Amino acid sequence: MSFMKKSPWVIHYDGSSCNGCDIEVLACLTPLYDIERFGIVNTGNPKHADIFLVTGAVNAQNVPVVRQIYSQMPEPKVVVAVGACAASGGVFHDCYNIIGGVDKAIPVDVYVPGCAARPQAIIDGVVQGLAVLEAKRKLLAEGKLEELEQKDQLPPLPPQTHVKEDQA
Amino acid sequence: MGKHTVVPFGPQHPVLPEPIHLDLELDDEKVVRAIPSIGYIHRGLEKLVEKREFKEYVFIAERICGICAFGHGWGYCKSVEGLMNIEIPLRAKYLRTIWHELSRIHSHLLWLGLMADGMGFESLFMHSWRLREKVLDIFEKTTGGRVIFSACKIGGVRRDIEDSELHGIAEILRGMRDEVREITDIFFKEPTSVSRLKDVGILSKEAAVATCAVGPMVRASGIPLDYRVADTSGVYRELNFTPVTTDTCDCYGRCWVRVQEIFASLDMICQAIEKIPAGDIAVPVKGNPNGEYFARLEQPRGEAFYYVKGNNTTHLTRFRVRTPTNMNLPAMVEALKGCDYADVPMIVLTIDPCISCTER
Ligand code: SF4
Repeated sequence: MSFMKKSPWVIHYDGSSCNGCDIEVLACLTPLYDIERFGIVNTGNPKHADIFLVTGAVNAQNVPVVRQIYSQMPEPKVVVAVGACAASGGVFHDCYNIIGGVDKAIPVDVYVPGCAARPQAIIDGVVQGLAVLEAKRKLLAEGKLEELEQKDQLPPLPPQTHVKEDQA
Repeated sequence: MGKHTVVPFGPQHPVLPEPIHLDLELDDEKVVRAIPSIGYIHRGLEKLVEKREFKEYVFIAERICGICAFGHGWGYCKSVEGLMNIEIPLRAKYLRTIWHELSRIHSHLLWLGLMADGMGFESLFMHSWRLREKVLDIFEKTTGGRVIFSACKIGGVRRDIEDSELHGIAEILRGMRDEVREITDIFFKEPTSVSRLKDVGILSKEAAVATCAVGPMVRASGIPLDYRVADTSGVYRELNFTPVTTDTCDCYGRCWVRVQEIFASLDMICQAIEKIPAGDIAVPVKGNPNGEYFARLEQPRGEAFYYVKGNNTTHLTRFRVRTPTNMNLPAMVEALKGCDYADVPMIVLTIDPCISCTER
Protein backbone atom coordinates (compact mmCIF):
# COMPACT_ATOMS: atom_id res chain seq x y z
CA MET A 1 0.00 0.00 0.00
CA SER A 2 1.42 3.29 -1.00
CA PHE A 3 1.76 6.22 1.31
CA MET A 4 -1.04 8.73 1.02
CA LYS A 5 -1.00 12.34 2.12
CA LYS A 6 -4.76 12.46 2.19
CA SER A 7 -7.47 9.92 2.96
CA PRO A 8 -9.13 9.06 -0.33
CA TRP A 9 -12.88 9.46 -0.63
CA VAL A 10 -14.89 7.23 -2.88
CA ILE A 11 -18.06 7.79 -4.83
CA HIS A 12 -20.11 4.84 -5.94
CA TYR A 13 -22.43 4.81 -8.93
CA ASP A 14 -24.51 1.97 -10.25
CA GLY A 15 -23.96 1.86 -14.01
CA SER A 16 -26.72 -0.63 -14.87
CA SER A 17 -25.60 -3.39 -12.55
CA CYS A 18 -27.75 -6.13 -11.09
CA ASN A 19 -27.26 -4.87 -7.50
CA GLY A 20 -25.10 -7.83 -6.54
CA CYS A 21 -21.94 -5.80 -6.84
CA ASP A 22 -23.53 -2.68 -5.35
CA ILE A 23 -24.43 -4.33 -2.13
CA GLU A 24 -20.94 -5.76 -1.91
CA VAL A 25 -19.48 -2.28 -2.38
CA LEU A 26 -21.72 -1.06 0.42
CA ALA A 27 -20.79 -4.11 2.52
CA CYS A 28 -17.17 -2.89 2.37
CA LEU A 29 -18.24 0.18 4.33
CA THR A 30 -19.93 -1.75 7.11
CA PRO A 31 -18.41 -3.19 10.27
CA LEU A 32 -17.18 -6.58 9.02
CA TYR A 33 -14.93 -5.14 6.30
CA ASP A 34 -14.91 -1.50 7.34
CA ILE A 35 -12.76 0.36 4.82
CA GLU A 36 -13.33 3.44 6.91
CA ARG A 37 -10.46 2.32 9.12
CA PHE A 38 -8.17 3.32 6.21
CA GLY A 39 -9.80 6.72 6.19
CA ILE A 40 -11.84 5.86 3.11
CA VAL A 41 -15.23 7.51 3.22
CA ASN A 42 -18.16 7.08 0.87
CA THR A 43 -19.44 10.39 -0.42
CA GLY A 44 -22.39 11.30 -2.56
CA ASN A 45 -20.74 14.29 -4.14
CA PRO A 46 -18.44 13.79 -7.17
CA LYS A 47 -16.61 17.03 -6.35
CA HIS A 48 -15.41 15.55 -3.07
CA ALA A 49 -14.35 12.21 -4.49
CA ASP A 50 -10.97 10.81 -5.48
CA ILE A 51 -11.96 7.28 -6.42
CA PHE A 52 -14.93 6.42 -8.60
CA LEU A 53 -16.33 2.93 -8.05
CA VAL A 54 -18.53 1.92 -10.96
CA THR A 55 -20.49 -1.32 -11.02
CA GLY A 56 -22.37 -2.77 -13.94
CA ALA A 57 -22.07 -2.91 -17.69
CA VAL A 58 -23.48 0.59 -18.41
CA ASN A 59 -26.43 0.87 -20.76
CA ALA A 60 -27.10 3.46 -23.44
CA GLN A 61 -29.09 5.75 -21.16
CA ASN A 62 -26.53 5.60 -18.38
CA VAL A 63 -23.47 6.57 -20.44
CA PRO A 64 -24.01 10.35 -20.17
CA VAL A 65 -24.54 10.08 -16.40
CA VAL A 66 -21.37 8.08 -15.84
CA ARG A 67 -19.39 10.48 -18.04
CA GLN A 68 -20.81 13.48 -16.26
CA ILE A 69 -19.97 12.20 -12.79
CA TYR A 70 -16.49 11.40 -14.04
CA SER A 71 -15.91 14.84 -15.49
CA GLN A 72 -17.17 16.53 -12.34
CA MET A 73 -14.51 14.83 -10.24
CA PRO A 74 -11.41 16.95 -9.65
CA GLU A 75 -7.96 15.75 -10.74
CA PRO A 76 -6.28 13.50 -9.76
CA LYS A 77 -8.94 10.81 -10.00
CA VAL A 78 -9.06 7.05 -10.29
CA VAL A 79 -11.76 4.79 -11.67
CA VAL A 80 -12.23 1.30 -10.26
CA ALA A 81 -14.53 -0.97 -12.29
CA VAL A 82 -16.15 -3.44 -9.90
CA GLY A 83 -17.40 -6.81 -11.12
CA ALA A 84 -17.39 -8.86 -14.27
CA CYS A 85 -20.06 -6.66 -15.82
CA ALA A 86 -18.02 -3.52 -15.35
CA ALA A 87 -14.95 -5.17 -16.81
CA SER A 88 -16.43 -6.67 -19.93
CA GLY A 89 -20.19 -6.77 -19.80
CA GLY A 90 -20.23 -10.08 -17.92
CA VAL A 91 -23.38 -12.13 -18.34
CA PHE A 92 -25.01 -9.20 -20.07
CA HIS A 93 -22.31 -8.71 -22.71
CA ASP A 94 -24.62 -9.52 -25.61
CA CYS A 95 -27.66 -7.56 -24.49
CA TYR A 96 -28.78 -5.09 -27.12
CA ASN A 97 -28.30 -1.84 -25.25
CA ILE A 98 -25.30 -2.69 -23.09
CA ILE A 99 -22.10 -1.00 -24.17
CA GLY A 100 -20.05 -3.82 -22.66
CA GLY A 101 -17.92 -2.50 -19.85
CA VAL A 102 -17.20 0.76 -18.11
CA ASP A 103 -14.03 1.35 -20.12
CA LYS A 104 -16.13 2.06 -23.20
CA ALA A 105 -17.56 5.12 -21.42
CA ILE A 106 -14.72 6.43 -19.23
CA PRO A 107 -11.04 5.52 -18.74
CA VAL A 108 -10.65 2.78 -16.13
CA ASP A 109 -7.55 2.27 -13.96
CA VAL A 110 -8.30 -0.85 -11.92
CA TYR A 111 -10.55 -3.82 -12.68
CA VAL A 112 -12.00 -5.94 -9.88
CA PRO A 113 -13.09 -9.42 -10.99
CA GLY A 114 -15.98 -11.48 -9.66
CA CYS A 115 -19.69 -11.91 -10.09
CA ALA A 116 -20.49 -10.65 -7.57
CA ALA A 117 -17.09 -9.19 -6.66
CA ARG A 118 -16.21 -10.14 -3.12
CA PRO A 119 -15.64 -7.36 -0.59
CA GLN A 120 -12.05 -8.50 -0.09
CA ALA A 121 -11.44 -8.08 -3.83
CA ILE A 122 -13.06 -4.67 -3.86
CA ILE A 123 -10.89 -3.49 -0.98
CA ASP A 124 -7.85 -4.78 -2.83
CA GLY A 125 -8.97 -2.91 -5.92
CA VAL A 126 -9.33 0.32 -3.98
CA VAL A 127 -5.90 -0.14 -2.42
CA GLN A 128 -4.36 -0.65 -5.86
CA GLY A 129 -6.24 2.42 -6.98
CA LEU A 130 -4.40 4.36 -4.28
CA ALA A 131 -1.08 3.70 -6.00
CA VAL A 132 -2.48 4.98 -9.29
CA LEU A 133 -3.87 8.00 -7.51
CA GLU A 134 -0.48 8.74 -6.01
CA ALA A 135 1.19 8.49 -9.44
CA LYS A 136 -1.34 10.88 -10.92
CA ARG A 137 -0.87 13.26 -8.02
CA LYS A 138 2.86 13.32 -8.76
CA LEU A 139 2.18 14.15 -12.40
CA LEU A 140 -0.04 16.98 -11.28
CA ALA A 141 2.56 18.29 -8.83
CA GLU A 142 5.28 18.17 -11.46
CA GLY A 143 3.08 20.05 -13.85
CA LYS A 144 2.96 17.26 -16.45
CA LEU A 145 -0.59 18.17 -17.30
CA GLU A 146 -0.53 16.87 -20.84
CA GLU A 147 0.43 13.38 -19.76
CA LEU A 148 -2.31 13.44 -17.14
CA GLU A 149 -4.84 14.67 -19.62
CA GLN A 150 -3.94 11.89 -21.97
CA LYS A 151 -4.55 9.34 -19.24
CA ASP A 152 -7.91 10.77 -18.25
CA GLN A 153 -9.23 11.42 -21.73
CA LEU A 154 -12.80 10.30 -22.34
CA PRO A 155 -13.14 7.67 -25.06
CA PRO A 156 -15.50 8.45 -27.97
CA LEU A 157 -19.20 7.93 -27.29
CA PRO A 158 -20.21 4.30 -27.82
CA PRO A 159 -22.51 3.73 -30.82
CA GLN A 160 -25.45 2.63 -28.65
CA THR A 161 -25.89 6.04 -27.03
CA HIS A 162 -28.44 8.33 -28.55
CA VAL A 163 -27.32 11.61 -26.97
CA LYS A 164 -25.03 14.17 -28.57
CA GLU A 165 -21.50 14.77 -27.30
CA ASP A 166 -22.29 18.19 -25.83
CA GLN A 167 -25.15 16.75 -23.78
CA ALA A 168 -23.07 13.90 -22.48
CA MET B 1 -50.33 29.60 -3.76
CA GLY B 2 -46.64 29.24 -3.07
CA LYS B 3 -43.70 29.47 -5.38
CA HIS B 4 -43.69 26.76 -8.01
CA THR B 5 -40.40 24.96 -8.67
CA VAL B 6 -39.32 21.73 -10.27
CA VAL B 7 -36.49 19.92 -8.52
CA PRO B 8 -34.70 17.09 -10.27
CA PHE B 9 -33.95 14.17 -7.91
CA GLY B 10 -31.39 11.61 -9.06
CA PRO B 11 -30.22 9.65 -11.01
CA GLN B 12 -27.18 10.03 -8.81
CA HIS B 13 -28.26 10.93 -5.29
CA PRO B 14 -26.70 10.12 -1.92
CA VAL B 15 -29.76 8.25 -0.62
CA LEU B 16 -30.24 6.29 -3.80
CA PRO B 17 -28.15 3.19 -4.10
CA GLU B 18 -29.49 2.82 -7.62
CA PRO B 19 -30.27 5.34 -10.32
CA ILE B 20 -33.83 6.53 -10.78
CA HIS B 21 -34.84 10.00 -11.78
CA LEU B 22 -37.74 11.93 -10.26
CA ASP B 23 -38.97 15.34 -11.27
CA LEU B 24 -40.51 16.85 -8.15
CA GLU B 25 -42.93 19.70 -8.64
CA LEU B 26 -42.95 21.78 -5.49
CA ASP B 27 -45.20 24.47 -4.12
CA ASP B 28 -42.88 26.07 -1.59
CA GLU B 29 -41.86 23.04 0.46
CA LYS B 30 -44.77 20.77 -0.48
CA VAL B 31 -44.54 18.23 -3.27
CA VAL B 32 -47.54 18.50 -5.57
CA ARG B 33 -46.48 16.01 -8.18
CA ALA B 34 -43.70 13.53 -8.74
CA ILE B 35 -42.84 12.22 -12.18
CA PRO B 36 -40.52 9.21 -12.19
CA SER B 37 -38.44 8.34 -15.21
CA ILE B 38 -36.63 5.04 -15.39
CA GLY B 39 -34.37 3.24 -17.83
CA TYR B 40 -30.91 3.66 -16.32
CA ILE B 41 -30.54 -0.02 -15.56
CA HIS B 42 -32.46 -1.56 -18.40
CA ARG B 43 -30.30 -4.38 -19.74
CA GLY B 44 -32.90 -6.14 -21.84
CA LEU B 45 -32.30 -9.50 -20.25
CA GLU B 46 -35.72 -10.84 -21.19
CA LYS B 47 -34.50 -10.91 -24.76
CA LEU B 48 -31.49 -12.97 -23.71
CA VAL B 49 -33.68 -16.11 -23.59
CA GLU B 50 -33.16 -16.24 -27.33
CA LYS B 51 -29.42 -16.53 -26.86
CA ARG B 52 -29.16 -18.81 -23.83
CA GLU B 53 -30.46 -22.32 -23.37
CA PHE B 54 -33.33 -22.59 -20.97
CA LYS B 55 -31.26 -24.45 -18.38
CA GLU B 56 -28.48 -21.86 -18.53
CA TYR B 57 -30.90 -19.00 -18.29
CA VAL B 58 -31.31 -19.63 -14.54
CA PHE B 59 -28.03 -17.77 -14.08
CA ILE B 60 -29.34 -14.76 -15.95
CA ALA B 61 -32.66 -14.88 -14.09
CA GLU B 62 -30.73 -14.72 -10.82
CA ARG B 63 -29.07 -11.56 -12.02
CA ILE B 64 -32.35 -9.73 -12.51
CA CYS B 65 -31.56 -8.45 -9.06
CA GLY B 66 -28.66 -9.29 -6.81
CA ILE B 67 -30.63 -8.81 -3.60
CA CYS B 68 -33.39 -11.33 -4.23
CA ALA B 69 -31.21 -13.40 -6.56
CA PHE B 70 -32.36 -16.72 -5.17
CA GLY B 71 -36.00 -15.76 -5.45
CA HIS B 72 -35.73 -14.81 -9.10
CA GLY B 73 -33.91 -18.04 -9.87
CA TRP B 74 -36.66 -19.92 -8.11
CA GLY B 75 -39.41 -18.00 -9.89
CA TYR B 76 -37.91 -18.80 -13.27
CA CYS B 77 -37.37 -22.48 -12.39
CA LYS B 78 -40.88 -22.68 -11.06
CA SER B 79 -42.41 -21.41 -14.28
CA VAL B 80 -40.32 -23.75 -16.45
CA GLU B 81 -41.04 -26.69 -14.15
CA GLY B 82 -44.73 -25.88 -14.41
CA LEU B 83 -44.48 -25.81 -18.17
CA MET B 84 -42.66 -29.14 -18.35
CA ASN B 85 -44.74 -30.81 -15.62
CA ILE B 86 -41.79 -31.53 -13.38
CA GLU B 87 -42.55 -32.40 -9.78
CA ILE B 88 -39.53 -31.59 -7.64
CA PRO B 89 -38.63 -33.67 -4.54
CA LEU B 90 -39.95 -32.55 -1.19
CA ARG B 91 -36.51 -32.00 0.27
CA ALA B 92 -35.72 -29.58 -2.56
CA LYS B 93 -38.90 -27.67 -1.78
CA TYR B 94 -37.83 -27.36 1.83
CA LEU B 95 -34.33 -26.24 0.89
CA ARG B 96 -35.70 -23.66 -1.53
CA THR B 97 -38.00 -22.30 1.15
CA ILE B 98 -35.16 -22.09 3.65
CA TRP B 99 -32.87 -20.21 1.25
CA HIS B 100 -35.65 -17.95 0.11
CA GLU B 101 -36.62 -16.99 3.63
CA LEU B 102 -32.97 -16.40 4.49
CA SER B 103 -32.86 -14.06 1.49
CA ARG B 104 -35.87 -12.27 2.84
CA ILE B 105 -34.14 -11.69 6.17
CA HIS B 106 -31.04 -10.44 4.40
CA SER B 107 -33.07 -8.19 2.14
CA HIS B 108 -35.09 -6.67 4.96
CA LEU B 109 -32.02 -6.09 7.12
CA LEU B 110 -30.32 -4.45 4.16
CA TRP B 111 -33.34 -2.25 3.70
CA LEU B 112 -33.46 -1.31 7.39
CA GLY B 113 -29.86 -0.22 7.10
CA LEU B 114 -30.48 1.91 4.03
CA MET B 115 -33.51 3.40 5.73
CA ALA B 116 -31.46 4.35 8.80
CA ASP B 117 -28.78 5.78 6.52
CA GLY B 118 -31.44 7.75 4.66
CA MET B 119 -32.50 9.49 7.84
CA GLY B 120 -28.92 10.05 8.90
CA PHE B 121 -28.83 7.38 11.60
CA GLU B 122 -25.40 6.10 10.64
CA SER B 123 -24.78 3.73 13.55
CA LEU B 124 -28.07 1.95 13.04
CA PHE B 125 -27.10 1.40 9.41
CA MET B 126 -23.86 -0.20 10.50
CA HIS B 127 -25.57 -2.45 13.03
CA SER B 128 -28.22 -3.66 10.60
CA TRP B 129 -25.57 -4.57 8.07
CA ARG B 130 -23.49 -6.26 10.72
CA LEU B 131 -26.40 -8.57 11.49
CA ARG B 132 -26.97 -9.17 7.81
CA GLU B 133 -23.46 -10.58 7.50
CA LYS B 134 -24.56 -13.51 9.66
CA VAL B 135 -27.09 -14.49 7.02
CA LEU B 136 -24.50 -14.06 4.27
CA ASP B 137 -22.18 -16.33 6.24
CA ILE B 138 -24.87 -19.00 6.17
CA PHE B 139 -25.15 -18.61 2.40
CA GLU B 140 -21.43 -18.84 2.02
CA LYS B 141 -21.23 -21.93 4.21
CA THR B 142 -24.00 -23.74 2.39
CA THR B 143 -23.42 -22.70 -1.22
CA GLY B 144 -20.11 -20.88 -1.56
CA GLY B 145 -21.57 -17.59 -2.73
CA ARG B 146 -22.40 -14.53 -0.69
CA VAL B 147 -25.11 -12.77 -2.63
CA ILE B 148 -25.59 -14.63 -5.90
CA PHE B 149 -25.21 -18.32 -5.23
CA SER B 150 -27.01 -20.20 -8.00
CA ALA B 151 -28.35 -22.91 -5.72
CA CYS B 152 -31.55 -23.31 -7.71
CA LYS B 153 -31.74 -25.31 -10.91
CA ILE B 154 -34.54 -26.63 -13.01
CA GLY B 155 -35.67 -29.84 -11.36
CA GLY B 156 -34.53 -29.08 -7.85
CA VAL B 157 -31.55 -27.58 -6.11
CA ARG B 158 -27.87 -27.88 -6.77
CA ARG B 159 -26.64 -28.51 -3.27
CA ASP B 160 -27.85 -30.28 -0.19
CA ILE B 161 -27.39 -29.05 3.36
CA GLU B 162 -26.40 -31.69 5.90
CA ASP B 163 -28.79 -32.17 8.77
CA SER B 164 -26.16 -31.33 11.37
CA GLU B 165 -25.47 -28.08 9.53
CA LEU B 166 -29.18 -27.30 9.36
CA HIS B 167 -29.38 -27.56 13.12
CA GLY B 168 -26.39 -25.28 13.41
CA ILE B 169 -28.23 -22.76 11.22
CA ALA B 170 -31.32 -22.97 13.42
CA GLU B 171 -29.10 -22.30 16.41
CA ILE B 172 -27.62 -19.18 14.78
CA LEU B 173 -31.05 -17.90 13.81
CA ARG B 174 -32.43 -18.39 17.30
CA GLY B 175 -29.53 -16.34 18.60
CA MET B 176 -30.20 -13.63 16.02
CA ARG B 177 -33.71 -13.00 17.22
CA ASP B 178 -32.69 -10.97 20.26
CA GLU B 179 -30.08 -9.04 18.35
CA VAL B 180 -32.61 -8.11 15.67
CA ARG B 181 -35.08 -7.05 18.34
CA GLU B 182 -32.47 -4.87 20.02
CA ILE B 183 -31.81 -3.00 16.78
CA THR B 184 -35.32 -2.77 15.41
CA ASP B 185 -36.71 -1.51 18.70
CA ILE B 186 -34.72 1.64 18.10
CA PHE B 187 -36.80 2.35 14.99
CA PHE B 188 -40.01 2.19 16.95
CA LYS B 189 -38.98 3.74 20.28
CA GLU B 190 -36.39 6.38 19.43
CA PRO B 191 -38.29 9.71 19.14
CA THR B 192 -36.12 11.01 16.28
CA SER B 193 -36.81 8.04 14.08
CA VAL B 194 -40.48 7.83 15.03
CA SER B 195 -41.05 11.45 14.12
CA ARG B 196 -39.45 10.90 10.72
CA LEU B 197 -41.67 7.91 10.03
CA LYS B 198 -45.04 8.51 11.70
CA ASP B 199 -47.76 9.93 9.43
CA VAL B 200 -45.32 10.39 6.57
CA GLY B 201 -46.16 9.18 3.08
CA ILE B 202 -49.73 8.09 3.63
CA LEU B 203 -51.01 5.46 1.23
CA SER B 204 -54.68 4.84 2.03
CA LYS B 205 -56.25 1.42 1.70
CA GLU B 206 -58.25 2.55 -1.33
CA ALA B 207 -55.18 4.06 -2.99
CA ALA B 208 -53.19 0.89 -2.33
CA VAL B 209 -55.85 -1.16 -4.10
CA ALA B 210 -56.25 1.34 -6.93
CA THR B 211 -52.52 1.51 -7.65
CA CYS B 212 -52.13 -2.29 -7.39
CA ALA B 213 -49.39 -2.05 -4.77
CA VAL B 214 -47.86 -5.31 -3.61
CA GLY B 215 -45.79 -6.67 -0.75
CA PRO B 216 -45.09 -4.81 2.50
CA MET B 217 -46.42 -1.65 0.84
CA VAL B 218 -49.94 -3.02 0.57
CA ARG B 219 -49.73 -4.99 3.81
CA ALA B 220 -48.95 -1.77 5.67
CA SER B 221 -52.18 -0.36 4.29
CA GLY B 222 -54.16 -3.11 5.99
CA ILE B 223 -54.58 -5.59 3.13
CA PRO B 224 -53.31 -9.12 3.88
CA LEU B 225 -52.04 -9.81 0.36
CA ASP B 226 -49.24 -12.34 0.54
CA TYR B 227 -48.78 -15.02 -2.10
CA ARG B 228 -46.97 -17.28 0.34
CA VAL B 229 -50.33 -18.25 1.82
CA ALA B 230 -51.32 -19.95 -1.42
CA ASP B 231 -47.89 -21.03 -2.65
CA THR B 232 -47.57 -24.77 -3.19
CA SER B 233 -44.15 -24.74 -4.84
CA GLY B 234 -42.58 -24.11 -1.46
CA VAL B 235 -43.63 -25.63 1.83
CA TYR B 236 -45.41 -22.59 3.23
CA ARG B 237 -48.63 -24.60 3.58
CA GLU B 238 -46.91 -26.87 6.08
CA LEU B 239 -45.51 -24.03 8.15
CA ASN B 240 -47.38 -21.99 10.65
CA PHE B 241 -47.54 -18.56 9.12
CA THR B 242 -49.93 -15.63 8.75
CA PRO B 243 -49.26 -12.47 6.72
CA VAL B 244 -48.14 -9.48 8.77
CA THR B 245 -50.38 -6.46 8.36
CA THR B 246 -50.96 -3.13 9.98
CA ASP B 247 -53.27 -0.30 9.08
CA THR B 248 -51.23 2.77 9.88
CA CYS B 249 -50.71 3.30 6.10
CA ASP B 250 -47.51 5.36 6.64
CA CYS B 251 -43.75 4.89 6.55
CA TYR B 252 -43.84 3.69 10.14
CA GLY B 253 -46.24 0.91 9.21
CA ARG B 254 -44.12 -0.22 6.28
CA CYS B 255 -41.11 -0.33 8.52
CA TRP B 256 -43.05 -2.28 11.13
CA VAL B 257 -44.30 -4.83 8.61
CA ARG B 258 -40.79 -5.52 7.35
CA VAL B 259 -39.42 -5.92 10.84
CA GLN B 260 -42.18 -8.35 11.84
CA GLU B 261 -41.50 -10.27 8.64
CA ILE B 262 -37.92 -10.75 9.71
CA PHE B 263 -39.17 -12.42 12.89
CA ALA B 264 -41.74 -14.44 10.95
CA SER B 265 -39.05 -15.67 8.56
CA LEU B 266 -36.69 -16.58 11.39
CA ASP B 267 -39.51 -18.58 12.88
CA MET B 268 -40.45 -20.23 9.58
CA ILE B 269 -36.92 -21.38 8.87
CA CYS B 270 -36.64 -22.97 12.29
CA GLN B 271 -39.95 -24.77 11.69
CA ALA B 272 -38.81 -25.94 8.27
CA ILE B 273 -35.56 -27.25 9.70
CA GLU B 274 -37.55 -29.28 12.24
CA LYS B 275 -39.70 -30.85 9.54
CA ILE B 276 -37.34 -31.36 6.61
CA PRO B 277 -37.53 -34.93 5.26
CA ALA B 278 -34.64 -36.98 3.89
CA GLY B 279 -34.49 -37.74 0.18
CA ASP B 280 -33.34 -36.59 -3.23
CA ILE B 281 -32.68 -32.95 -3.97
CA ALA B 282 -33.26 -32.94 -7.73
CA VAL B 283 -34.92 -34.87 -10.52
CA PRO B 284 -33.46 -35.22 -14.02
CA VAL B 285 -34.92 -32.94 -16.68
CA LYS B 286 -35.68 -34.42 -20.08
CA GLY B 287 -37.06 -32.78 -23.19
CA ASN B 288 -37.66 -29.16 -24.03
CA PRO B 289 -40.32 -26.75 -22.86
CA ASN B 290 -43.33 -26.36 -25.08
CA GLY B 291 -46.33 -24.08 -24.58
CA GLU B 292 -46.78 -21.22 -22.16
CA TYR B 293 -47.05 -20.91 -18.43
CA PHE B 294 -46.92 -18.37 -15.68
CA ALA B 295 -45.96 -18.57 -12.05
CA ARG B 296 -46.04 -16.23 -9.09
CA LEU B 297 -43.74 -15.96 -6.13
CA GLU B 298 -43.66 -13.72 -3.07
CA GLN B 299 -40.34 -11.88 -3.12
CA PRO B 300 -39.12 -9.76 -0.20
CA ARG B 301 -40.55 -6.70 -1.95
CA GLY B 302 -43.84 -8.27 -2.96
CA GLU B 303 -45.38 -10.55 -5.47
CA ALA B 304 -43.46 -11.22 -8.68
CA PHE B 305 -44.87 -12.74 -11.82
CA TYR B 306 -42.99 -14.91 -14.33
CA TYR B 307 -44.20 -15.82 -17.78
CA VAL B 308 -42.47 -18.28 -20.12
CA LYS B 309 -43.23 -19.49 -23.59
CA GLY B 310 -41.42 -22.27 -25.40
CA ASN B 311 -41.64 -23.93 -28.79
CA ASN B 312 -40.07 -27.31 -28.07
CA THR B 313 -36.51 -26.14 -28.71
CA THR B 314 -33.68 -25.62 -26.26
CA HIS B 315 -34.37 -21.88 -26.26
CA LEU B 316 -37.48 -20.27 -24.87
CA THR B 317 -39.16 -17.79 -27.16
CA ARG B 318 -40.41 -15.42 -24.53
CA PHE B 319 -39.73 -14.71 -20.89
CA ARG B 320 -41.35 -11.95 -18.98
CA VAL B 321 -41.09 -10.84 -15.36
CA ARG B 322 -43.25 -8.35 -13.60
CA THR B 323 -41.42 -7.33 -10.51
CA PRO B 324 -42.75 -5.87 -7.26
CA THR B 325 -41.08 -2.46 -7.53
CA ASN B 326 -42.65 -2.00 -10.92
CA MET B 327 -46.04 -2.36 -9.25
CA ASN B 328 -45.09 -0.17 -6.33
CA LEU B 329 -43.94 2.88 -8.31
CA PRO B 330 -47.49 4.23 -8.88
CA ALA B 331 -48.15 3.78 -5.16
CA MET B 332 -44.97 5.71 -4.40
CA VAL B 333 -46.06 8.57 -6.67
CA GLU B 334 -49.37 8.56 -4.80
CA ALA B 335 -47.66 8.64 -1.40
CA LEU B 336 -45.35 11.46 -2.50
CA LYS B 337 -48.25 13.79 -3.24
CA GLY B 338 -48.51 16.53 -0.66
CA CYS B 339 -45.50 15.50 1.39
CA ASP B 340 -42.70 17.80 2.53
CA TYR B 341 -39.66 17.99 0.32
CA ALA B 342 -37.45 16.75 3.15
CA ASP B 343 -39.53 13.57 3.45
CA VAL B 344 -39.04 12.55 -0.18
CA PRO B 345 -36.02 10.30 0.51
CA MET B 346 -37.91 8.53 3.31
CA ILE B 347 -40.91 7.80 1.13
CA VAL B 348 -38.82 6.69 -1.82
CA LEU B 349 -36.94 4.35 0.50
CA THR B 350 -40.00 2.86 2.16
CA ILE B 351 -41.20 1.25 -1.05
CA ASP B 352 -37.86 -0.57 -0.89
CA PRO B 353 -37.06 0.34 -4.46
CA CYS B 354 -35.19 -2.22 -6.46
CA ILE B 355 -34.64 -0.48 -9.74
CA SER B 356 -32.67 -3.23 -11.36
CA CYS B 357 -35.69 -5.54 -10.95
CA THR B 358 -37.99 -2.92 -12.35
CA GLU B 359 -36.06 -2.34 -15.52
CA ARG B 360 -34.49 -5.77 -15.96
S1 SF4 C 1 -20.77 -8.67 -12.10
FE1 SF4 C 1 -22.42 -10.11 -11.56
S2 SF4 C 1 -23.09 -9.42 -9.52
FE2 SF4 C 1 -21.89 -7.75 -10.41
S3 SF4 C 1 -23.40 -6.42 -11.37
FE3 SF4 C 1 -22.68 -7.87 -12.93
S4 SF4 C 1 -24.14 -9.56 -12.88
FE4 SF4 C 1 -24.40 -8.40 -11.01
